[in-house]
Amino acid sequence: MIPNEVFLTLILMLTIFLGFELIHKVPSTLHTPLMSGANAISGITVVGAISLAGSGQQDLANWLGAGAVALASINVVGGYLVTDRMLAMFKKKEG
Amino acid sequence: MENLVQYGYVVAAALFILGLKQLGSPATARHGNRLSAGAMLLAIIAALLDQGIVEYQWILIGFAVGAIIGAAAARLVEMTSMPEMVALFNGFGGLASLLVGWAALNPGAGTFTLVTIVLSILIGGLTFTGSLIAYGKLSETIGSGAVMFRGQQVVNSLIVLGILVSAVMFTREPGNAQWLYLVIGLALLFGIMVVIPIGGADMPVVISLLNSYSGLAACAAGFAVNNNILIVAGALVGASGIILTRIMCKAMNRSLGNVLFSGFGSVSSETTEVEGEIKPISVQDAYYVLEAASNVAIVPGYGMAVAQAQHVVKELQELLENNGCDVNYGIHPVAGRMPGHMNVLLAEADVPYDQLLEMDDINPRMETVDVCIVIGANDVVNPAAREVESSPIYGMPIINVDQARTVFVLKRSMASGFAGIENPLFYKDNTRMLFGDAKESIGGLVREFD
Repeated sequence: MIPNEVFLTLILMLTIFLGFELIHKVPSTLHTPLMSGANAISGITVVGAISLAGSGQQDLANWLGAGAVALASINVVGGYLVTDRMLAMFKKKEG
Repeated sequence: MENLVQYGYVVAAALFILGLKQLGSPATARHGNRLSAGAMLLAIIAALLDQGIVEYQWILIGFAVGAIIGAAAARLVEMTSMPEMVALFNGFGGLASLLVGWAALNPGAGTFTLVTIVLSILIGGLTFTGSLIAYGKLSETIGSGAVMFRGQQVVNSLIVLGILVSAVMFTREPGNAQWLYLVIGLALLFGIMVVIPIGGADMPVVISLLNSYSGLAACAAGFAVNNNILIVAGALVGASGIILTRIMCKAMNRSLGNVLFSGFGSVSSETTEVEGEIKPISVQDAYYVLEAASNVAIVPGYGMAVAQAQHVVKELQELLENNGCDVNYGIHPVAGRMPGHMNVLLAEADVPYDQLLEMDDINPRMETVDVCIVIGANDVVNPAAREVESSPIYGMPIINVDQARTVFVLKRSMASGFAGIENPLFYKDNTRMLFGDAKESIGGLVREFD
């Protein structure tokens, strides 16, 4: 039986290579939206925070989790909206 | 039910990957961003279905607070303030990962989990304070210059040593809260120390690096709470940040280590003798030249952002085009304060993105350009990078504006650029200096056309 940590590390390794392949040909016009879009994705930490904030125990971990949910939500909501706002401005020449 | 949650994460991971892929092309980018947002929503719903959750009230309060702040900030921010906004969002993500790592600490945690907890606290903490300092520098609430002091290397080395010691002690004695607090404190301090010696012109590198860190912090937090989707999404962000960082470093012909540790401030102030004289030009004379031009290239820099001149530049572009002139823009990868900064500003002013040429596309046609208008750019058009071997920026790829028939340089005064390097471009025979605020100078040109 392969330990769980090894599986997680394998996922990490494969994803990093995939990430390099996905991004490396992005035109510089899109560098800012790419960065802020990726930034919004890094708010995924909210998913980890949710289970901590909902543990129902009035302990430190619960409060830390709730704080993390709020902070990560700023990152997620703000990040996606601002990226969308930027991308809406990118237009091709008409005609 | 537990399986359903896990499969939900798998689908979300696939959507994140597709979304990022579509973000790579202007035509599909907006759709890609929405796919990615959908993936996030799916992951959040899956997390809410988790059976470990018995109480929803704090989650909902957290969401509501975060969503309101985030949405308001995203709506209200000016396009010119985008670099600092991205930095700030990034910082919050880092702090969230720090808190998740901290909260994941439990008495039964094994060594592997403890190590990942330390990592998420470290990376998250330094992302948070580093991003705050970057925010301060970009918004000019603190000075944007490089802060260097005697013994800086020693202090930093001591902090790193302190982090290592306290991190190791924490994994050995997780019950002793002192080590934990020490790790948190030192990580926060280190974030500040890493970013203060980096000057404003190097910010594109710092922002992309911090972006990468916030992903890696989420990734480490994913290990700490044993969650696949955090690892996948975090690693994708980490990888994209690293690639952007490399592109930025390459565009400056400097290594990452050089950007992080030396700062332009340490470059000795040897002045190279520049031959020739400065030839100023009036708005009216500049207009006569432009009116006769059939091919114009516009090269913007940070000065355009400062003067908020993008809209009036677009007006000038339209007038020139109506006059039968071909207009293109040349964008250097590190022009401005974040990757792609100029592109966003010009897009805001409705300039079509296919008129924004990358450095390698505009350089070969520079010799056919009648007038090249340089707006508030300096180091990225400095021919010393090609010609003067002793120059600190020697070897940096630049936009060869000096090869155009005539160059107009719009500039506030004769002070040298951020890097403090003399620019021979200003003294060339075909260069004319149009002094003053960029917005006013171009506004003047627009009025001449009317």
